[in-house]
Amino acid sequence: MEAVAFYLFSILTIGMFLVVVLSKNALYAMSALAAGMILISGFFFMLNADFLGVVQIIVYTGAVMALYAFGMMFLDSTKDIKENNKDQKIVYTLSIVSAILLVGIVLAPFIGHNLLLDAPLSDPNIAGANNPQAVGVVLFTKYLVPFELAAVMLLVAMIAGIILVGKKMDDSITMQVDAQIEKEEFHVGEEKK
Amino acid sequence: MITLTHYLVLSSILFVIGLTGVIRRKNLLMLFFSTEIMLNAVNVGFAAISYFYNDLTGQMFSFFIIAVAASEVAVGLGLLVLWYKKGGSINLETLQKMKG
Repeated sequence: MEAVAFYLFSILTIGMFLVVVLSKNALYAMSALAAGMILISGFFFMLNADFLGVVQIIVYTGAVMALYAFGMMFLDSTKDIKENNKDQKIVYTLSIVSAILLVGIVLAPFIGHNLLLDAPLSDPNIAGANNPQAVGVVLFTKYLVPFELAAVMLLVAMIAGIILVGKKMDDSITMQVDAQIEKEEFHVGEEKK
Repeated sequence: MITLTHYLVLSSILFVIGLTGVIRRKNLLMLFFSTEIMLNAVNVGFAAISYFYNDLTGQMFSFFIIAVAASEVAVGLGLLVLWYKKGGSINLETLQKMKG
């Protein structure tokens, strides 16, 4: 059962990501990326990382893909992407060589024996807890400082995004609308006179 | 029986797909997509190791990777929009202005 799920998810994920990498249409690529993200969360659920799977769906398909969708609205993505790759041969050779190298590196220690360690969770606090509880306990004890740093990093990223895109923030939209309303009211008043 | 090796091989295959995208693509938005694929591949590897070693550290690293990815998208997309406003194109070829 687990094997069926694993192979199904693997084939689907690899297919989706291949579409992302090879497709000429940016919209297809984005949709395939969103689908691939959801399929990846299936692996997390299979690996007993429930919380991580939920976070994957929320953050990636909810936030990141929505952000990309907005970006693509701005960047006129309906036309096909023109890419002139002059040296196709070099690209594919590099890809294949790096693929073989990487798989070899990862595979090398396990070729003789499959690692199946069965060490118990060392922390007694999270011995009997289910996954989200255990994640919460560990995140707020052992990894509290990185957690806070991640929060600060997200804040910095948010401010950076606002500053970078919203250059003309000095004349705010609400103020413009207010001015327009005042103007219209003034005109209405003039007509009544 | 699915072992850690299966997951690690899957993770490396996904990573290489992302790497291929980074090498092959010339459009900056597509380049961002490829980096997302690579980050996700690493996340799968971390979660698998966390499961098979019975240790939550891998999942914690995955969380922080997701946080980094989210902020990367925010800043990167901001820069992309800025570049598009300035140059009218998000092709990598147009970025080669700084040739000495």
